[in-house]
Amino acid sequence: MAGSDLVMYENEFQKIDEELQKLHQQANATVVFLVDKNGQLIASAGDTHDIDTTSLASLTAGNIAATGGIARLLGEKEFTILFHEGEKDNIHISLIGQRVILVVIFDQRSSLGLVRLRVKKTSEALTKLFEDITSKAEKEKSEGKAADSPFAEISDEDIDNLFK
Amino acid sequence: MSFINYSSREINCKIVYYGPGLCGKTTNLQFIYKKTNPEQKGKLISLATETERTLFFDFLPLALGDIRGFKVRFHLYTVPGQVFYAASRKLILKGVDGVIFVADSQIERMEANMESLEDLKINLAEQGYAIEKLPYAVQYNKRDLSNVAPLEEMNKLLNANGVQWFEAVAPTGTGVFETLKSVAKQVLLELKKHY
Repeated sequence: MAGSDLVMYENEFQKIDEELQKLHQQANATVVFLVDKNGQLIASAGDTHDIDTTSLASLTAGNIAATGGIARLLGEKEFTILFHEGEKDNIHISLIGQRVILVVIFDQRSSLGLVRLRVKKTSEALTKLFEDITSKAEKEKSEGKAADSPFAEISDEDIDNLFK
Repeated sequence: MSFINYSSREINCKIVYYGPGLCGKTTNLQFIYKKTNPEQKGKLISLATETERTLFFDFLPLALGDIRGFKVRFHLYTVPGQVFYAASRKLILKGVDGVIFVADSQIERMEANMESLEDLKINLAEQGYAIEKLPYAVQYNKRDLSNVAPLEEMNKLLNANGVQWFEAVAPTGTGVFETLKSVAKQVLLELKKHY
């Protein structure tokens, strides 16, 4: 398969979660999301109760993909920041390390300037974290299967059961 | 590209429905949506034009159940089939784990089927995928119509590699889950190979 799968373990997940919680608090944001470029939600912070997070993740990735397509048509590599302003809520979307998308939703209790500032700091931390995750995954792959891989023992029966 | 989260014990995979305009990709998703328990599915999102033609993509998250304590989620996407949406189709194929090619069985759509299949191969190759190596199945849709091409001919034109294929009538659901199951199974077995 082209590209590599994203494998996340408890330890890394916690670190990512901490970064998002910090951003959520410091940027005074309503909600903060981290989305894979392929549209899968990785983590979130804040009150996500009223938000369909799965759809939001997929649409955000579509948005970034479409904007990336436009960028390339114009000879740009990528537009790394998108900002949508609404009547009450605003959404700030930024691409991190070419791999993941950081989404910050905020209202009048915060400001674009504050969000941009805080996002920049979080971006740096997350870039580092994802580099670690990638190198760890590659290392484990080259050393053989991950210790408690749930896949090694998947049987046809397991899969058939999913469709009952 | 699957996303395996050991922390929340989830596996997320992406399956894309590909095929020419009006072949029934969205109808496949609509049927799956209709027939799935509410707790297993998310919203069906359709980014469509006013005339209900897919503009960017349809999206349906599906939670199938557990395998070895891991929640298995499939994200189903369709591409816009119309020829001039080529740029959008490329984007949706990014990070795909499995592809379902939906062919329109009507004789007069055979050329459109072949063109779309060629387009799929080119777009996959651009991202370093080869159709022979990807979890993949073919669905011959609209088998209930009177002007359909014989299956042998469709297999010859659209399934040179002899992958699994299914006859379907998407609005009534014939073949819909069978096709999805085939590719979902291949995706999971592929994961098994790698991890």
